[in-house]
Amino acid sequence: MPDTVRHELRFILNSEVVHLGDVSPTLTLLDYLRLRRRLTGTKEGCAEGDCGACTVLVGRLGPKGLVYESVNACIRFVGSLDACHVVTIEHLAEINGNLHPVQQAMVDFHGSQCGFCTPGIVMSLYGLWLETPKANAERIEKTLQGNLCRCTGYEAILNAAEAMAQSDNSGDKLIVTHEAISGKLAELRDGNRVEIDSPSGKTIVPGSVDDLGAVLEAYPGATVVAGSTDVGLWVTKHMRDIAPAVFIGNLVELQTISEDESGITMGAGVTYTDAFEALSRGIPTMGDLWDRIGGEQVRNMGTVGGNIANGSPIGDTPPPLIALGAKLTLQKGSATRTIDLEDFFIDYGKQDRAPGEFVRSVFIPKLPDGDKFAVYKISKRRDEDISAVCGAFRLRLSADGTVENARFAFGGMAATPTRAKAVEQALIGQDWNEANVERAMEAFEGDFTPLTDWRASARYRMMTTKNLLKRFYLETQGQAVQIARHQKALAEA
Amino acid sequence: MGETVTRSSSEITGGVHTPRRHDSAHKHVTGSAEYIDDMVEPAGTLHAYLGLSERANAIVTSMDLEAVRNAPGVIGVLTAADVPGENDLSPTHRHDEPVLADDQSAFYGQPIFAVIAETREDARRAATLARVDYEERPHHTDVVSAMEAGYPHVTEPLQLRNGDAETALASATNRLSGEMRIGGQDHFYLEGQIAMAIPGEDDEVTVYSSTQHPSEIQHMVAQALGTVSNAVTVHTRRMGGGFGGKETQGNQFAAIAAIAAKRWNRAVKIRPDRDDDMIATGKRHDFHVAYDVAYDNDGRIEALDAVFAARCGFSSDLSGPVTDRALFHCDNCYFLPNVRLRSRPMKTDTVSNTAFRGFGGPQGKLGGERVIEEIAYALGKDPLEVRKANFYGIGERNVTPYHQVVEDNIIHRIVEELEESSNYQARREAVLAFNAAGGVLRKGIALTPVKFGISFTATWFNQAGALVHIYQDGSIHLNHGGTEMGQGLNTKVAQVVADEFQVDIETIRITATNTGKVPNTSATAASSGSDLNGMAAANACEQIKARLVAYASEHFGVPEEQVAFVPNHVQVGNQLIPFHELIRQAYTHRVQLSAAGFYKTPKIHWNRETGQGRPFFYFAYGASVSEVTIDTLTGEYHVDRVDILQDVGKSLNPAIDLGQVQGAFVQGMGWLTTEELWWDDNGRLRTHAPSTYKIPLASDKPKEFNVELANWSTNKERTIRRSKAVGEPPFMLANSVLEALSMAVASVADYRECPRLDAPATPERILMAVDRLKQA
Repeated sequence: MPDTVRHELRFILNSEVVHLGDVSPTLTLLDYLRLRRRLTGTKEGCAEGDCGACTVLVGRLGPKGLVYESVNACIRFVGSLDACHVVTIEHLAEINGNLHPVQQAMVDFHGSQCGFCTPGIVMSLYGLWLETPKANAERIEKTLQGNLCRCTGYEAILNAAEAMAQSDNSGDKLIVTHEAISGKLAELRDGNRVEIDSPSGKTIVPGSVDDLGAVLEAYPGATVVAGSTDVGLWVTKHMRDIAPAVFIGNLVELQTISEDESGITMGAGVTYTDAFEALSRGIPTMGDLWDRIGGEQVRNMGTVGGNIANGSPIGDTPPPLIALGAKLTLQKGSATRTIDLEDFFIDYGKQDRAPGEFVRSVFIPKLPDGDKFAVYKISKRRDEDISAVCGAFRLRLSADGTVENARFAFGGMAATPTRAKAVEQALIGQDWNEANVERAMEAFEGDFTPLTDWRASARYRMMTTKNLLKRFYLETQGQAVQIARHQKALAEA
Repeated sequence: MGETVTRSSSEITGGVHTPRRHDSAHKHVTGSAEYIDDMVEPAGTLHAYLGLSERANAIVTSMDLEAVRNAPGVIGVLTAADVPGENDLSPTHRHDEPVLADDQSAFYGQPIFAVIAETREDARRAATLARVDYEERPHHTDVVSAMEAGYPHVTEPLQLRNGDAETALASATNRLSGEMRIGGQDHFYLEGQIAMAIPGEDDEVTVYSSTQHPSEIQHMVAQALGTVSNAVTVHTRRMGGGFGGKETQGNQFAAIAAIAAKRWNRAVKIRPDRDDDMIATGKRHDFHVAYDVAYDNDGRIEALDAVFAARCGFSSDLSGPVTDRALFHCDNCYFLPNVRLRSRPMKTDTVSNTAFRGFGGPQGKLGGERVIEEIAYALGKDPLEVRKANFYGIGERNVTPYHQVVEDNIIHRIVEELEESSNYQARREAVLAFNAAGGVLRKGIALTPVKFGISFTATWFNQAGALVHIYQDGSIHLNHGGTEMGQGLNTKVAQVVADEFQVDIETIRITATNTGKVPNTSATAASSGSDLNGMAAANACEQIKARLVAYASEHFGVPEEQVAFVPNHVQVGNQLIPFHELIRQAYTHRVQLSAAGFYKTPKIHWNRETGQGRPFFYFAYGASVSEVTIDTLTGEYHVDRVDILQDVGKSLNPAIDLGQVQGAFVQGMGWLTTEELWWDDNGRLRTHAPSTYKIPLASDKPKEFNVELANWSTNKERTIRRSKAVGEPPFMLANSVLEALSMAVASVADYRECPRLDAPATPERILMAVDRLKQA
């Protein structure tokens, strides 16, 4: 227990510093804005982080200093906002009513029809404009992956976004106040633990990772909340109680990425967005996969550690990480242990994690020179969808073209993310040629018995899984066999 | 007094035929546009939440709501027994759709009780605490299995006949038959269903409802309360999207809010969570189409016999007119000399399906296009060639299966221009060449046309009212019976009023739809909003203008023909009087500055018994070309390019119309590609939120998207400023996406066989079709 415990959250909402001592662990930012502050410009469309009508910006002091990112207010808990700056649609126009350039572009290009998704779209585009003022069409589409519009067909919105990219952002409010807000947030972040009791339970924000260890020893049944892209839905959809809830999004120590000769070590609190650069640089096709996880708001919130810790059979990060031979470090109290990631997933909903233990970091070994690697995601809709199948392939060929090592891992094919060991075995020692690949494809039948659900039938899952191996083979032969919406260099595998 | 100038040269802002921005655009982008959930709640507002059944077809043997009643914050519970009036919401008065189910669960997710609590969260948590026992019965959620099980129709089927299909089929040059399955679609309006009711004195209640049909809400609320319509006032400022999903589906929420408001004498708001909204409200009808067609060696249809069966759900709702419209549109642009068309509105143990943009027309059209595609593959022709061979003629071969003569046919010119501008023929050659290389990726291209009939087929709905006041300062208050759901109706009607009085559009305040101002309105549906309400508003303006002209003529002693409305002024002889000045004077001379306008569509009639008449005032036309790429290993695909030419007559607002075309196309594309409704073995819908139900994203929009309005077109009929309806017709332009995907699939078997690709063409259906054709 640290010396001082604070009993209120402190954050900035638009221009106002808020001290909030009255908060339950399940209070979402959206309900706080709409019901308690009557900031009704932020809308509820789905309450599950998929439609983006509730998009706001959250500025946080991360490893790179103050960064504003779009998030889904519907699944973001107020408890996660200590020492953050929340910016809502009401903050954009000037007091005299003059529209912000992003808003003006949306008006000029007829980017709104019913208007309900519009504030969220404006906020997503605003977040983009702050970060990449001269964004191209591909970047704009990526920004809007988490914003559904049912009226416009998006064309007018994309035209507005391209027009917005013509205006200069240097005089923008958030850019002008960047230093002042950074200073203020640093001041609000006092390193103390926050503990708030409410009728529906306790909200805890540990002051440090050591403190997190102590908190979890004291409350081994606590819910650890990082990006809340999963836990948010437990509350908004299943009305589960999560108290005591421990919010770890402020722990910068968990957000470090370090790289050396052997590989990349990533803290469990690193968001998808923050992980992008390190993972897409050295690992072929990882960037493409990464851009298809959730929408931008979800990637800004969700963490790699959370994706692993929740043990979903359809999480998108475990298959490539298992294929790469990643290792997981867990911490309990101050003691740590490291295991192979693939051993972490025991069965559906069951992981190798003791009460009070948390995921500390993940280590991703460098892809050895000469190894071929690819990860493919199959979903009903290309972007912002959950995988029907996610397959990752790592292959090492000897000088004579025989398979020296194969490590193939899949999501969506079993109760946990799992390797296709029969297929691997069918290939190891064989020539890497089409006939052998087609023979090995049949071995998937021995590895997996997939389910039929609303995402795909068992038959489709099996067929595409086999065909993904074929795709991998063809790509290793230099063939372009994937659809690319935006022109890119061909897969390097 | 007026200036003595001969003529003002300036133009008004926001007149007709100009690309005026949406009247709420500034409010949309700042978040200040008010939706019902944003309104300030009256002190003491309560919140209602629905309890849903958990069986597809069952008797409710007991319902223990004690725990619900005792939950924190709960004020009370409503069940069927608590409905003071009639426990029925059927829009066609068939008494088959309860506000709250009585002792039977007709589908998984049917509302069986409502809980009223101090907060929405309290109500929602409490609703989970009910203990309900059921006696289960077999259920059929699928239209084919319902037909096989001998389920009844929910309403009378329709048959359309022209010529002698049976004889012509028997003597066919060529003949083929087949079937097609077409999936439904959730509206996925971004603002879900919501209502807030505020009790008044006596039996009065005011209901704020997100609805396309305030008059129906009024009648249903009155019926459920056991009172009369004059006790109920319904108010709708705007919806966050409707698409047909708020034509009848708001009734339940409004009725429950109103019942609770009267019972506890407090304001009551009800807003379901997105999942419950998607589970408990109706959708686009899924269809099964069976066809038997005779055709000659040029692909010209000799006869068609087709049955359109629809998954209607447990009650009739609007399934009668929806399935009728499917039959009205399966001819699309094609002359069917001998034809028999039959609808089968099937009862199923699912939510009652309802209106959705196109209203059965899209399904009908898609079935008809499948027939064209089959003929094309059978004869080894480009489907476009078969289409052209079958187009309705000008002055001949122009009688529809419902015996209306197509008098305004412009499809030849539309298709010819689009074929040219999209470079269709050369691109088709390139696609064939690309596929001939035999790679994993395959391409497809298709050009499909659209002809869509405009008018409600229930003739009496083709009427509208408007109310225009001019206040003493010259500012204008505009009200009409249409509702604003994002389509820009209010903007268009205001443009009409601005044009009538020749005043800047800023002079006009557009006000919320209110049953107390304009009574007995029709739903804002069937693409009719601006046709009907624009005309009604123009009529109100004409009445006031006539009084102003009479006044000015008499007062200034000039002949009436020398009084004219010119930009922001009135020309009276050689005087130019500012509009507001003339209004001030007219007021002091006791001229009535308010008028109720009215309009009814002329020429239309329809006899459902004989299947003959003129149900449509006119037709809107359009065509699209889609080019796609598929991955034959995974079934994944991409829409590479789309070109559209759409007829909107003489557009009231080209910017708004363009947005309607783009939006409708992408929504149609979603219906035919990634939007899939999936029921499990328990009859439970499992795709009921955006995490599982996938509407198009910005990154699904056609990569290259060229949309043009046919600026040469003008409505042959005397519609408002010769414009045409635009809401629904372009939805069906997306048919070219499905057909292009089909062509890409067909390439794996060298186009020998029609792939018979069902909708939605998810990656899974594409891969299965590829696999099927490879095996064949």
